[in-house]
Amino acid sequence: MFIAGLIGVAMTMLLVLVRVLAGPTVYDRILAINLFGTKTVLLIALLGFFAGRPEFLDLALTYALINFIGTIAVLKFMQYGDLGWDSDARDDADV
Amino acid sequence: MTTEILLNFGLLVFLVAVALALAGMRHLFPVAMLTGLYSLLSASLFTLLNAPDVALTEAAVGAGVTTVLFLATFGLTRAREKPVKASRQVIGLVVTFATGAMLVYASLDMPHFGAKDTPVQTHPLRHEYLVAEQHEIDVPNTVTAVLASYRGYDTLGETAVVFTAGLGVLILLGRSRRGKRSNKA
Repeated sequence: MFIAGLIGVAMTMLLVLVRVLAGPTVYDRILAINLFGTKTVLLIALLGFFAGRPEFLDLALTYALINFIGTIAVLKFMQYGDLGWDSDARDDADV
Repeated sequence: MTTEILLNFGLLVFLVAVALALAGMRHLFPVAMLTGLYSLLSASLFTLLNAPDVALTEAAVGAGVTTVLFLATFGLTRAREKPVKASRQVIGLVVTFATGAMLVYASLDMPHFGAKDTPVQTHPLRHEYLVAEQHEIDVPNTVTAVLASYRGYDTLGETAVVFTAGLGVLILLGRSRRGKRSNKA
């Protein structure tokens, strides 16, 4: 059962990777990379249970957090041209 | 076991594909994101090799901090690579291939994965760390025990170095931000 899950996740990773490399606009790439991170989280969680070491779930949780922060940083860069630091000029910059 | 080999193979193919795409891109913004993806992929490989500590560091530093730092840099500079002369590209290619060939040659001397006669398996200290550690320190993960207890002062120094480096980067980026604001005013 875990093998089937692993193969499924690996296949979706391949499809998402194609979108990352082909993606015509930057937003396609950002979405695809975020999805790829989510797939990595799933892969590592499945891998932990497959290898009989469910402690790897902690690793998957950390990846989920990092993925989220990375996507937020990328999108902020797209929106403001920097990381939205000069918040006295724009109050919504750090939302 | 076969599944693990297949997964290893698949992840390595993904890595090569991402690396080739990275080399071909001229706009640096997708490059920064793809570098993060590359890190996540190698972190998955480290997890497959049963090295969760290395994987965690790779993901936190490679995918998390480096991407954000690259993006912050693009906020200060332009995000497009300058075209390089063909002659210099050839030099770079030669150096890269020479380094790669040397690394492959050096890896021929390494013991096979999981071999029984490596120093890791035969050295007398192995008992000290892998068996006696469980009674001495009572931490299930040996790597964590070594990092946090056997060489705790070393780790403390390392953390101080990394903290200082991060602080320096933040001060540098923060100063240019203030400069920008005073220019606007």
